[in-house]
Amino acid sequence: MNAHVQAPTTVKTTCPYCGVGCGVLATPDGQGGVAIAGDTGHPANFGRLCSKGSALGETVSLDGRLLHPHVDGARTSWEAALGTVAGSLRKIAEQHGPDSIAFYLSGQLLTEDYYVANKLAKGFLGTPHVDTNSRLCMSSAVAAHRRAFGSDTVPGCYEDLDEADVIVLVGSNTAWCHPILFRRMIDARQKRGTKLVVVDPRRTQTGEEADLFLGLEPGTDTALFSGLLVHLAATGAVDARYVADHTSGFDGALERAAAIAPSVAATAAATGLSEADVAAFFALFSGTERVVTAFSQGANQSAQGTDKGNAIINCHLATGRIGRPGAGPFSLTGQPNAMGGREVGGLANMLAAHMHFAPEEVDRVRRFWKAPNIITGEGMKAVALFEAVARGKIKALWVMGTNPIVSMPRADAIRESIKGLDLYVVSEAVADSDTARATGKKTVLLPALAWGEKDGTVTNSERRISRQRAFLKPPGEARADWAIIADVAKRLGHGAAFAYPNAAAIFREHAALSAYENNGTRDFDIGGLADIPDATYAGTLPLQWPLPKRGKAKARLFADGRFYTFDGRARFVAVQAPALAQAVTEAEPFVLNTGRVRDHWHTMTRTGKSQRLSAHRAVPFVEIHPDDAARLGVQEGDLARVSTPHGSAILEAMLTDGVRRGNLFASFHWSDATASDARVGALVRGVPDPVSGQPELKATPAALTPAPYRNRGFLLTRAEYTPPSGWWWARATVEGGSGLQFATQESSRAVALAMRGLFQGLELAEYADHARGHYRCAVYDGARLVACLALAPSAAKPGWEAAKAYFAQAEPEPAARRALLSGRAESASAGPTVCACHGVGLDVITGVIAAGAGSVEAVGAACKAGTNCGSCIPEIRKLLPQVLARNAA
Amino acid sequence: MMKDRLVVIGNGMASLRFLERLTERAPGLYDVTVVGAEPQAAYNRVLLSSLLGGEVDEAGCAFRGLDWYEGHGIRLITGAPVTQIDRENGLVMVGETHVLPFDKLVLAVGSVPIRLPKPGMDLPGVLTFRDLADVSAIRKAAVEHARAIVIGGGLLGLEAAVGLARLGVDTTLLHVMDRLMERQLDHAAAGLVKRAMEARGVHVLLKADTAAIEGNGRVERLVLADGTVLPADLVVMSVGVRPNIALAQGAGIETARGIKVDDRMQSSDPRIFALGECAEHRGQVYGLVEPAYEQAEALSRHLVGEEAAYTGTSLATSLKVSGLPVFSAGAIEAPEGSETILMSDPGLGLYRKLIVADDRLLGAVFVGDIAEQGWCKELIRTGAAIGGHRDDLMFGRQASSPLAPQPLAA
Repeated sequence: MNAHVQAPTTVKTTCPYCGVGCGVLATPDGQGGVAIAGDTGHPANFGRLCSKGSALGETVSLDGRLLHPHVDGARTSWEAALGTVAGSLRKIAEQHGPDSIAFYLSGQLLTEDYYVANKLAKGFLGTPHVDTNSRLCMSSAVAAHRRAFGSDTVPGCYEDLDEADVIVLVGSNTAWCHPILFRRMIDARQKRGTKLVVVDPRRTQTGEEADLFLGLEPGTDTALFSGLLVHLAATGAVDARYVADHTSGFDGALERAAAIAPSVAATAAATGLSEADVAAFFALFSGTERVVTAFSQGANQSAQGTDKGNAIINCHLATGRIGRPGAGPFSLTGQPNAMGGREVGGLANMLAAHMHFAPEEVDRVRRFWKAPNIITGEGMKAVALFEAVARGKIKALWVMGTNPIVSMPRADAIRESIKGLDLYVVSEAVADSDTARATGKKTVLLPALAWGEKDGTVTNSERRISRQRAFLKPPGEARADWAIIADVAKRLGHGAAFAYPNAAAIFREHAALSAYENNGTRDFDIGGLADIPDATYAGTLPLQWPLPKRGKAKARLFADGRFYTFDGRARFVAVQAPALAQAVTEAEPFVLNTGRVRDHWHTMTRTGKSQRLSAHRAVPFVEIHPDDAARLGVQEGDLARVSTPHGSAILEAMLTDGVRRGNLFASFHWSDATASDARVGALVRGVPDPVSGQPELKATPAALTPAPYRNRGFLLTRAEYTPPSGWWWARATVEGGSGLQFATQESSRAVALAMRGLFQGLELAEYADHARGHYRCAVYDGARLVACLALAPSAAKPGWEAAKAYFAQAEPEPAARRALLSGRAESASAGPTVCACHGVGLDVITGVIAAGAGSVEAVGAACKAGTNCGSCIPEIRKLLPQVLARNAA
Repeated sequence: MMKDRLVVIGNGMASLRFLERLTERAPGLYDVTVVGAEPQAAYNRVLLSSLLGGEVDEAGCAFRGLDWYEGHGIRLITGAPVTQIDRENGLVMVGETHVLPFDKLVLAVGSVPIRLPKPGMDLPGVLTFRDLADVSAIRKAAVEHARAIVIGGGLLGLEAAVGLARLGVDTTLLHVMDRLMERQLDHAAAGLVKRAMEARGVHVLLKADTAAIEGNGRVERLVLADGTVLPADLVVMSVGVRPNIALAQGAGIETARGIKVDDRMQSSDPRIFALGECAEHRGQVYGLVEPAYEQAEALSRHLVGEEAAYTGTSLATSLKVSGLPVFSAGAIEAPEGSETILMSDPGLGLYRKLIVADDRLLGAVFVGDIAEQGWCKELIRTGAAIGGHRDDLMFGRQASSPLAPQPLAA
């Protein structure tokens, strides 16, 4: 068995999914599996876990893992692989300059990994081109924070959600994407009557729960919050003293806001909301002191994402509702360690430890690192970075722990551009991700440790640093990301600067840098941890920053009205009028929005292993308003092609009035590994926000047309199977194996033939009504169910829930075997046939005996059994006393 | 007034059912005499294979005790073959001793097993499988380590083979066609039956054409047309039956394959009737119990003066091959222009085929579960439209509705 083995003890660790950063208790079973429970002592979740977190135990198998280094597809030694990486990097740097090298990092990396990668690139290789998938996640929030506060600071903490009287959720499907925080909000509603306002063009599950749902037109959030700012000013709700003492730029911002949305009516017109709803929202906001405005990807993933963030922050600054219990703007981060990445500076527009590119900052970091090749300016952000790959400007790309070939906008173009790289390095836990399967001119795959194996820290949305701890042994030859990077650094001659004995040593250096010449000038200061001993680091509890050497930790910042701008004042930002980067056209009349589903994470490389998580949304889908669907002749469950100039995908239509007319919503989780034709990232144009560089992922003009297939069906197999090209399919893990939902133009006869070919030597049970195009089969190896398939014309698409339940059993019972062929529920069986002449079953006969038929003749009179040839009379005679005795008992 | 004298020749299942129905309808209407060639009163011939296999004993095969005949005023003569019918004088001759005068005569003399016209068929150890005497002869020959060959892959042959196998005898079944029960089953269904036979320990050889049986004074081996030699201590011949018409022919009653009867089961002589396997009705001779029972029903009505007509039994087969239910009706193979709907799970021993044209059922073959057989027979007979019941015919009627499509959302 290819499995982890370690003795069971419970380990406290942190969930690897969203930015809530829940504490998890992991108890390995010693067989490679693990029991998962929420950590009641963790202040993020107090023992609660969401569906994804609860199912972590189903995701630690070694199936599909990358366990050994590979160079150009061939397994090799670490020595050879690292030599290739270092040698190629040196050569490329010599030939094309160090800035022809780029790193694309991930919010899945631990802070220590991030730190070492950032240090190698920016201080030693000397390339500024270090960006991360966090660019796609919350870089607009970072930019908005920096514009308003002079620092990337989340002012509040989770307790604010418990203590708010109004929570405004902007562009956040919190119920699905940050479920544990949403539970806190619902608890607050129950405890103190907190009102929930949800601002989202899509009525998500979160919107369904709202006290006030504001389903505005895509991209008009700034109009709503501009209108709110005008309203606050007009109704005397502005905290004039706070504004005067601690901020600047109010008048300009207000003037711009008034130009955008001067009144309730204008706000309603600009956002597509009703005046009543707008007025209700304004009244609620202005009349409530304790307001938290939490915003997420709906605000961030926008070509005007930074302005959206600032429009929100403006309203909090104007009312002085910031850094106080139950009040403040609150960026909910998407990834487990996006915050850690920001702290180390692992983004192209940061240097390190919340320092940027002022000459004194560059010099300070250079001195601290003793860096020979310190960079002096910003690098390219994700979208520009991959464009540079396509242009040939970037010759070497090292991707760590992320799947940009699926998740980046215009993902097809990115996949294409990789081919031109002189060196393409992927540090990965997963062998079969689209990114791991892509190739450059030279391709190096480096096996990295996954969650449960690696050891370090992550920071959540409320600036809380928690430990991710190892509870499984490293599988195969996989290694920690930081160790891989350090080994490359040594081969490049920087051994002394990268001689880390363990993750704790890296963390100490990181903490020391945060405090280096800080003296309260930078928000991020964890100098109090700069000397943390290994043993303390190992056992350390979740801690919130800032945590300076002297002074106290703070749960909230800015209550004192002191900000990190040069003059200590917060800034109001005059935002741009809202407009989508691209308008819809006659050819692309829909606005395509993208996002997550409840039970999947990113590109499914982890959640896709869990059958529980794969059950909720088993196929890639597109949500469309019923009116639009009717106009296009698309019905619920039909396949539809969604296309843009950048790509197309075939998705299953879900009709819902939760999306606005003219809008579509699709999920980006599916990749070539999990579906034939559902890389939604490939459709997205991704126009970047001019400030943050975060691409617009929520509003790409798109067309939708029916994609009719002759037949639809499903196939359940024990091992993964990929259908022939030309078939549409989506894969989901099911209990006991792998499930495909598919569509094909092939006839039922052709599919039947294909199944026989596929399972030669095994026994096929079949149902075929080819005249109607219906076909089902179940494949057995002895009594063991190996596979089953159902196919029908698309209009009669077979459902698979029952079949999945039968497939979960290795050897289904006869009734289940029949149900697999009939597609019907197991019906009350008549039992084994006793009377062949009249087809009367055992259960029927025992039934009539139990009901009073006390003789062979009476049984015959009641159900005809035994009244023809009589050969079953001995059986009936035997049954009589048995049943009568059973009845008497 | 003297009652009419009714003589029934033969005391098999058809005869008994007729007597039961007659005495139910009009007790004492006739002065009834029944003459049977076998030494026992009518017994359940269908259970012979169970008897052979030891699943039931002779008592378990019995239908009515002698007291039943007596109680219904029926004179029963057993072990007495009728040798002649004297129509002119209205007499039936039983051996050398009895002469029975009749006013009405019913022939229920059944059929006789066919023996292949090949060398060695009369060797000791070559047996037929037709009555209790055959069963006891087979059981006697089926000693430990005996090797038995059954010739004939029809129902009876299969039953005999399974019965022998159950006794622990090394049993081989030979069938000249390329599948078992070819008149009732298509290849797939016959394949399932073959598999069931093999699961019960019977070796099955198809396309096995017997050339001769050889042995020195008794059976020692069987030779196939292709030269294969199969050692054998016992050969059971089950290649079909022939209506027993010798007696009727001798009396000048009109016969073809069987004794020709009209819809009232009346022969060419208005006083003489025939039913069961010896009768030929509308050119059809039946070898199954169901038509015989229907004929018995019709004749009993007729003889008590009720309006009654037998119009034939639709050609359907419902039976259990050694516990495996099998049903077939109508077409076995799909004719041009028709559709076939199939379900098969060989591991479950389950097979269903429906042949449909223009929404009418033309034929059905079921193995393993034959619950919808009555419905199928009805649809084939009436030619009624199947309508929305296509799936119900295939999978069975269900109380609950079909599986609703599962919503994607939780």
